[in-house]
Amino acid sequence: MNQTNAQILLDVKNLRKFFPIRRGVLQKVVAQVRAVDDVTFYINQGETLSLVGESGCGKTTTARCILRAYDPTAGQVFFRAEDGKVMDVAALPSNQLQPLRRQMQMIFQDPFSSLNPRMTLLDIVGEPLLVHGEKDAHKRTERVAELLRLVGLRPEYMRRYPHAFSGGQRQRIGIARALALNPRLVVADEPVSALDVSVQAQILNLMLELQEKLGLTYLFVAHDLSVVKHISERVAVMYVGRIVEMAPTKELFYQPRHPYTEALMSAVPKPDPRLRSERIVLQGEVADPANPPPGCYFHPRCQYAIDICREKTPVQEEITPRHFVSCHRAKELTLRGVVKK
Amino acid sequence: MSSSFIPHPSSFPLLSVRNLKTYFFQDEGTVKAVDGATFDVFPGKTLGIVGESGCGKSVTAQSILRIVDAPGKIVEGEIVLRRADGSEVDVTRLHPDGEEIRAIRGADIGLVFQEPMTSFSPVHTIGNQLVEAVRLHCAVGEKEARQRGVEALRSVGIPKPERRIDEYAFELSGGLRQRAMIAVALSCNPRLLIADEPTTALDVTTQAQILDLLRDLQKQRGMAIMLITHNLGVIAEMADDVVVMYLGRVVEEGSVDDIFHNPKHPYTKALLSSIPSIESTPRIKLPTITGSIPHPYNRPSGCPFYPRCESYMRGTCDATEPALIAVNERQKVSCFLYQK
Repeated sequence: MNQTNAQILLDVKNLRKFFPIRRGVLQKVVAQVRAVDDVTFYINQGETLSLVGESGCGKTTTARCILRAYDPTAGQVFFRAEDGKVMDVAALPSNQLQPLRRQMQMIFQDPFSSLNPRMTLLDIVGEPLLVHGEKDAHKRTERVAELLRLVGLRPEYMRRYPHAFSGGQRQRIGIARALALNPRLVVADEPVSALDVSVQAQILNLMLELQEKLGLTYLFVAHDLSVVKHISERVAVMYVGRIVEMAPTKELFYQPRHPYTEALMSAVPKPDPRLRSERIVLQGEVADPANPPPGCYFHPRCQYAIDICREKTPVQEEITPRHFVSCHRAKELTLRGVVKK
Repeated sequence: MSSSFIPHPSSFPLLSVRNLKTYFFQDEGTVKAVDGATFDVFPGKTLGIVGESGCGKSVTAQSILRIVDAPGKIVEGEIVLRRADGSEVDVTRLHPDGEEIRAIRGADIGLVFQEPMTSFSPVHTIGNQLVEAVRLHCAVGEKEARQRGVEALRSVGIPKPERRIDEYAFELSGGLRQRAMIAVALSCNPRLLIADEPTTALDVTTQAQILDLLRDLQKQRGMAIMLITHNLGVIAEMADDVVVMYLGRVVEEGSVDDIFHNPKHPYTKALLSSIPSIESTPRIKLPTITGSIPHPYNRPSGCPFYPRCESYMRGTCDATEPALIAVNERQKVSCFLYQK
């Protein structure tokens, strides 16, 4: 990583995560699922980057590799720690991870299964504090009260159990837990997709507010493009384990340069009956990450595919500042973005 | 539309739901899952039913097919189905296991569920389940039924249907499985298709494929679709008319254009403004609806939306329930702001 660029908090280089497919009595490895296949991106301090893509595209696996919930197969994950030291999270032995873990925390998708039903809010939100050495029960209680207030819950509720709360409130509890240790990077994996629409907006607003207040950096993993557009400064679109396009939010939505991004955006149903437009409906199915097609993984479904797409894998190119695309025809194609309102 | 407009026979509703109430009687109390729903489904049209979790949209669909699980019960109301021969039946009066309702399920009304994985049997092939439906409703032999099954799979755009028919549900991808589900629902040419969150479990690109498919099939067969979803985008894309539900009640009803461009009920307005749209400006604060949906045992008195409503009028909204009244020719709303 560029040591002089002190803005970069997380720098992921050529990250790969393959899962073996085993068969037979001897459990021989017969193939590899290339869940994350050469992913490179960075996030600046205080910024929100979203990873977006369809199910199975490797966005969650990427997030988990960064947190070392999975051990990456290859690649580097440079993280700038609080003291300014840059460490490769992917290469650290697991016993040295704990001090780093307090700086990177996670918000989970399902607020119903991610909170232990037998623990009170005090225990749930206080547990990271305990794990990281806050032995004083009184101080812990105080900190929990402060956190609950921060996410818009009443501190009096801290002796209650999760079942007493609605989905949106539970997601607030999950956010309070993630913030307990003053992390610098928060990885949010589909934090609003399990919530009702009227509650989604509340949680998104809360996340924006907390970011401003605490200077958080978000890696936001989601499949819902409207949510992604709302929360992020930059967006990376993934397809079958690879980032096909990455750009500042507005640029990506209004001037997409990759055919998959174009199709993905046109497929989103717009909440306005007067905009029933001609959609690009992709034919066929997402490629199998255990047996991907040759060349560009997207070519069997791409309406712009030419011979080179079937043979050669495109490389990621920065075609305008901060706009990265992996497409052979990125420069010649004019693609349709979202209509500006 | 002039006032001398005489309805064409086909503009009679195919299905009329009147003041439907389906309650679940439990030890802790009664959950009024559907509490006075009224709407019509017209032939060849798509009715969208939209609402958040717990608004009773799925239980409404289950009530129409009489597949409400115990301890749920239809306690009041009518569900009148106009059959192909012109006769009318009130579905609520039929025995839920009787011959008559079983003849309606599948043949008159087809159902597509949300989760295509759990709605197929894992131990039977797709063909088994398709042929079963065909043979139940049409007097055809095994060979003929299988042939129809292959045709049904082909009509929903499944490649190589002759081979796919012998596969199991787990061998198909999510999109193909949902297509197969639609094939089963359509195998007996129903005149009404109830689709309960048909694309919620699918990715956007697959969702676009399935929505296109539903639209094409509707054009070909002229069937009515009752589309139940929480996704306002899907509603805007597909529906002709929209019913907005909140806590078991219809709060607003109207044409899709009116609902999206001239909403009347405070809940509809709030819902529309709180969704992040792909067209909206990034990183601005979204307007929200305060609070959350009340727990079903904790249902507010009066208008169910009043604790979250911006136009709440003390003494009126919390005292009695507003009735669903017409505000113009096409739009009905249940809110005291519009009561005279």
